[in-house]
Amino acid sequence: MKTALYESHVRLDAQIVDFAGWQMPMRYSSTIEEHHAVRKHAGMFDVSHMLTVDFEGSQSSLFLGKLLASDVNKLAIDGQALYTVMLNERGGIIDDLIVYRLHESSFRIVFNAGVAATDLEWVTAWRQTTGFSVSIRPRRDLSIVAVQGPKAINTVIEQLGCPLLREVQPFTSILHNNCFIGRTGYTGEDGVEIICPNVDAPRIWDQLLNAGVIPCGLGARDTLRLEAGMNLNGQDMTSDHTPYECALSWVLDLDASRNFVGQSALEETYRQGIATKLTGIVLQGGVMRSGYEVQSNAGSGTITSGSFSPTLGYSIALARVPRATTGECAVLIRNKQKAGRIVRPPFVRHGEKVHK
Amino acid sequence: MSETPQELRYTNTHEWARLDPDGTVCVGISDFAQDALGDVVFIELPETNTEVAAGAEVAVIESVKAASDIYSPVSGEIIRVNDQLTDAPDLVNSEPYDGGWIFVVQPFSDDPNADLLTAEQYQEFCETDSKTH
Repeated sequence: MKTALYESHVRLDAQIVDFAGWQMPMRYSSTIEEHHAVRKHAGMFDVSHMLTVDFEGSQSSLFLGKLLASDVNKLAIDGQALYTVMLNERGGIIDDLIVYRLHESSFRIVFNAGVAATDLEWVTAWRQTTGFSVSIRPRRDLSIVAVQGPKAINTVIEQLGCPLLREVQPFTSILHNNCFIGRTGYTGEDGVEIICPNVDAPRIWDQLLNAGVIPCGLGARDTLRLEAGMNLNGQDMTSDHTPYECALSWVLDLDASRNFVGQSALEETYRQGIATKLTGIVLQGGVMRSGYEVQSNAGSGTITSGSFSPTLGYSIALARVPRATTGECAVLIRNKQKAGRIVRPPFVRHGEKVHK
Repeated sequence: MSETPQELRYTNTHEWARLDPDGTVCVGISDFAQDALGDVVFIELPETNTEVAAGAEVAVIESVKAASDIYSPVSGEIIRVNDQLTDAPDLVNSEPYDGGWIFVVQPFSDDPNADLLTAEQYQEFCETDSKTH
């Protein structure tokens, strides 16, 4: 499958790869240069492979109250958003997502590309089970362009002519002409995600490009989100892991009145005790990769995401390790033990190193 | 288009080999290979004074994206490695045929180029390779 921006990527001579069935840009020039552009200036990503879904109807907040681990009823104003997870009945993570309140009775959710079809089936099946009055509308007619970096907001204000964006707080959104602009992202930098009709996407992309915003591929998206300590679904979390094992217990709203899908299983898991945690590792003299073994005083674990951090100049990783793990550890890289150190993510905040 | 200097020999695992006047063979990876790998961020260099067979894994190049094995194009003894790459692994990207050389082999054979690809053969190989990937 191809996004509405595919031709733009080809024109920019991007290296195209298959990602969850989508032909997406891995990089245009150098992943490291694209990464630095986002940390220092502004970069943009085509993330139209992700699926926007609109939920509308008098019972939509009740319905999402049942399906999401956070309470959408706590979104007090139109445009407000929150990051949360959708769980299965075992408390395992089906997807992590951002939900925006459009109006009192309508919400917009963006699902990850790899599980979009699963997510859609899941919410449709639950509508049937609950009998709630809510329409579920997948919006493949919309594209998503994420513009991220310290200069992102100003550039978008100038190029799209929307001064109101200056007043928009993090995790809120506004409507501007045909665009929905949310001050959200997946890089740890300030920025926005612009959701617009497919037909308008190439024009907006070119406009931002001409204004000096650097096009960035999936390669930079991955190193940026990893430095920011953000999980990647299917890698750092799966449907076999609860939020407790994914450093995501902060999203849970366990108020008993809602009884969301997975809640009772979660409470039972918590009573029994959580054996592992998702944490960070830094290491010099090698590059950690997903699947590598981690050895510590508390037992062994596994790297779930690992790469090179362009900001720090050495390797960083997320790893699932025994709960008591702290301090020094060893990572097995091609059968050799390399010394690493357990740290609490994020690794980079506002372009600066977090751990000394 | 990637560069493929005529005077070098190549392998189908994308190393280049240069037979120097002193009879040693200098090895690196091709421009085509460095472009496909993307930013090189770490190199595990081979150990000197070790004997290797042609086709043996001797080094590892880590790009942002993945780790790739580097194979010795010829049988022989590794006599030198490019220590500069420890601090500046990106030389492999910026100067694949010069500052980005990786190691030098003292070959066992008198004709180390015999089984290697010419620039023309390697270019043809890359064209087929990019079509199938």
